[in-house]
Amino acid sequence: MAHWIPLWLHKLSSPPVFYGFAGKLRPWAIALALVLGLVALYGGLVLAPPDYQQGDDYRIIFIHVPCAWMSLFIYGVMGIAAFIALVWRIKLAEVVAMASAPIGASFTFITLVTGSLWGERMWGTWWTWDARLTSELVLLFLYLGVIALYHSFEDRRQGARTAAFLALIGIVNVPIVHFSVNWWNTLHQGSTIRLLGPSSISPSMIWPLLTMMIATKLYYIASLFGRARVDLLSLESGKDWVRQIAENEVRR
Amino acid sequence: MNPTRQRRLTIVIAILIAVIVASALVVYALQQNMNYLFTPSQVQAGEATSYKTFRLGGMVKAGSIQRSNDSLRVTFTVVDASGVMPVEYNGILPDLFRENQSVIATGHMDGARFVATEVLAKHDETYMPKELKDAMAKAHQGKHIDESASQDKSSL
Repeated sequence: MAHWIPLWLHKLSSPPVFYGFAGKLRPWAIALALVLGLVALYGGLVLAPPDYQQGDDYRIIFIHVPCAWMSLFIYGVMGIAAFIALVWRIKLAEVVAMASAPIGASFTFITLVTGSLWGERMWGTWWTWDARLTSELVLLFLYLGVIALYHSFEDRRQGARTAAFLALIGIVNVPIVHFSVNWWNTLHQGSTIRLLGPSSISPSMIWPLLTMMIATKLYYIASLFGRARVDLLSLESGKDWVRQIAENEVRR
Repeated sequence: MNPTRQRRLTIVIAILIAVIVASALVVYALQQNMNYLFTPSQVQAGEATSYKTFRLGGMVKAGSIQRSNDSLRVTFTVVDASGVMPVEYNGILPDLFRENQSVIATGHMDGARFVATEVLAKHDETYMPKELKDAMAKAHQGKHIDESASQDKSSL
């Protein structure tokens, strides 16, 4: 069958190939993320009708929910990259895992802040220790722990492998965050968007939400590629391909 | 796969399984004794007696809200499928507080009454325009209130 896929992936895991690939893809990802993000914001803040019970206040959903999805999605990517890094010691996997952590931490932080603002308006409180809110806070601490552990080693590869271990263990928190609203009584409501079965949001409101979801994914790709390229350059600074890039830069 | 990688793979997977089993057990245990809230019927069954303060969750019974004329004092009744609990509160209620709304009140028992120190409104995961809600209400007439009421209860 298509045995070029593993071959292509194997090639891509070599730093110079990934450096070039990410450099070519990044501007497109940024541009698309910006356009889709603006379209989603316009759709969510202007075109979508007010909600029957929350009025205009529900519009923070167009930031809060996509960011919450990204906080879990990025942790998933980081966990898988960490697993590959621990078993196969692939440099690119270490770089991807460590470059994902700050982006994921930012999305988690935005989720907590927007959730807090929303909660104050609707529930009547900024914060409560229910299962969803608490597990999302634990997710933020896991991200921060991974970042801190990574930077506490002199040798960056050793730091990456140690932090990858924490990232891998912390992945058990991802399903806990997702299912917390089903497993426990929480103040936080259940999931609106369901992959299986109908979602409980009207079509005029769902499209900006899904557009924003794609925009945040593309932003993550752009941000990850940018960070990974810089990390690869500094990790491989003695190698020929980096020297070549440096020479080309000087000539230009 | 070379032996070193094989060994690493085994170790990493073994640790991962151990962590998953451990946290599954923790989650399972917490499901039984981590209570964010009690429903009126749970309180009446005596499940909350060991707590001095706890959270009471349920629906505000239609027509039960009584506001005081000269203070912020308000009394209302919180119900679930089979329990009823009168609640007294002195303070500002969230905007979403109204009849047939799910609420979570923090406070303590005073005789048969629940005296709340904080009342939070819980909303469901449904979002729709007002026109659609009105159209649905018209189509279902009185039926839709009962329906959304029982839905709210099950989502609590």
